[in-house]
Amino acid sequence: MATLSADFRLPLRSFDLRLALEVERTVALVGPSGAGKSSVLRTIAGLVRANGRIALDDEVWLGSGIDRRPDERRVGLVFQEYALFPHLSVRGNVGYGGKERVDELLERFRIGHLADAKPRELSGGERQRVALARALARDPGVLLLDEPLAALDAHTKAAVRGELQELLIELGLPTLMVTHDYEDAAALAEIVGVLVDGELRQLGTPRELVSQPADPFVASFTGANLLHGAVELHDDGVTRVRLASGEVVYSTDRADGEVGVVVHPWDVSIGRVHADDSAMNLVQGEVASIAPVGNRVRVRVGPLTAEVTESSAERLELAIGSRVYASFKATATRLVPLGGQHASVRSSPHPPS
Amino acid sequence: MKRRDLVVGVLAAVAAVVALAFLVLPVAAIFLRVPPGQLVHQLSSGVVTDALIVTAKTSLIAQALVLLFGTPLAYLLASRRFRGRALAITLVELPLVLPPAVAGLGLLAAFGRVGLLSTSIAFTQAAVVLAVAFVSSPLYILPAMAAFEAVDPDVVAASRTLGAGPAKTFFRVVLPLARGGLAGGEALAFARGLGEFGATIMFAGSLQGVTQTLSLAIYEEFSVDFDTALAMGALLVVVSVVLLVFLKLVLSWQPSRRTSGSLFARST
Repeated sequence: MATLSADFRLPLRSFDLRLALEVERTVALVGPSGAGKSSVLRTIAGLVRANGRIALDDEVWLGSGIDRRPDERRVGLVFQEYALFPHLSVRGNVGYGGKERVDELLERFRIGHLADAKPRELSGGERQRVALARALARDPGVLLLDEPLAALDAHTKAAVRGELQELLIELGLPTLMVTHDYEDAAALAEIVGVLVDGELRQLGTPRELVSQPADPFVASFTGANLLHGAVELHDDGVTRVRLASGEVVYSTDRADGEVGVVVHPWDVSIGRVHADDSAMNLVQGEVASIAPVGNRVRVRVGPLTAEVTESSAERLELAIGSRVYASFKATATRLVPLGGQHASVRSSPHPPS
Repeated sequence: MKRRDLVVGVLAAVAAVVALAFLVLPVAAIFLRVPPGQLVHQLSSGVVTDALIVTAKTSLIAQALVLLFGTPLAYLLASRRFRGRALAITLVELPLVLPPAVAGLGLLAAFGRVGLLSTSIAFTQAAVVLAVAFVSSPLYILPAMAAFEAVDPDVVAASRTLGAGPAKTFFRVVLPLARGGLAGGEALAFARGLGEFGATIMFAGSLQGVTQTLSLAIYEEFSVDFDTALAMGALLVVVSVVLLVFLKLVLSWQPSRRTSGSLFARST
């Protein structure tokens, strides 16, 4: 399998985008909007001029005095809002970059019956399939996906995510996608990178990001709860952290100074009574919101989000305003240094969730 | 209070009617003074056919030049950001506000026998072409620029990443998407060219069969044969109305430029 290697620097409006990355299979970059995610794809496609080196195997696209034009880089770029040619039919769109495989691709993406339709007549999901087919028709060496699921409604999104997963496996192309949604990234990519202000904060498997986040940004992107506090003392393998809210929590991670306490929603349980267990961290509060997610329920208690089963939510008769205890084990917490502070962190080995 | 509202309302209605009547009256008068049959008959006079041929020929050549040179300029100004771009746009706009007499003077000073380039163009049919092109080109270039700017840059980028070079991208994507705005601008430029008078008479003169366009012929004829002048006027009114209707059709029919799925795009 081919490898896309990119190592470049691109000045953006408020910061420099710096990125060094090897894409062998599927890599997703996640980050807040304005982090420079789209610029990464545009730079690789040659639509934006940067300094550095970009190559597909030994085919250099940028660097060593080479700067190939976008049409000379073998990329299949799928734009966030698809950027289909409005004046061309579906067939005209797909065949724009290469005529040979048009029929095969129309069939592969189940858009054969739409061959004569114009893009404005298509639904969001159909447009995306046309955009993918069009990108693949030119026989790219690398696939670049800009927010592949962002323009879709929630209902379509789940189905498209599954299809996209299968497609990426089937294609076997080095694929780089950018998304603001960690769940999408984790579902579609083998390696996930967190990009903040043009800087790659952490690069690893979705499991590594969840179990060992490098910093608070990464932690919050994986959907974890993040409680700010300061380490008070270490005692017998347990670190005591005084939260900004005044409460005390314990962690089996070791750290010093200002820290973020990271705990995942599925590691937080909800109870009506004070569980008298010293190994448990307890936060008392009122239920602020209840949102079903699949067969589970997300409950917001004070600063924490807990994910509990439907049956336990019913058993506890949870309602907005109920006074409950949210509890989580000291072993379920990670301590990450807060931005700017150089507190040392040693993450204890932890089974991936 | 109510009575004051009523008075203001009546005054406003009267003002509106007067304004509309004032704009319609001269145009209507052209057709009402002479019976239509006679108007058509007048068109076969030698002065009119000569002027018609000169106008058609010079207009077509001038507009071809405007399209040929104006389109690349409009695209360059729309798609590139460079030092001096604002100045270049202002220079393009200048002929719009320039008094026609000054335009004629300038053309003489540039292309006249003793002018900057000292050519023998002045007082030939080529001079009519240059005068028409000079005064009408901003009316094409400025809307063309806006039309090019309105093309979704992502669609242009998509063409490039699909292996198309700048030329293929321009002809297969940019031009088809901008064509509504280009056609509208060209209709405006064409109409302005037909009415060109001041710069032409100074730079090209008014020689029947050579440089005398319909607009110039109307001026020459109105003191000699008012009905012939009216006939030519009627002809230009008809052409203007056709251009105006065309312009409105073009502007109401715009290809949807964005194909992006909205945030709430319907699902399959």
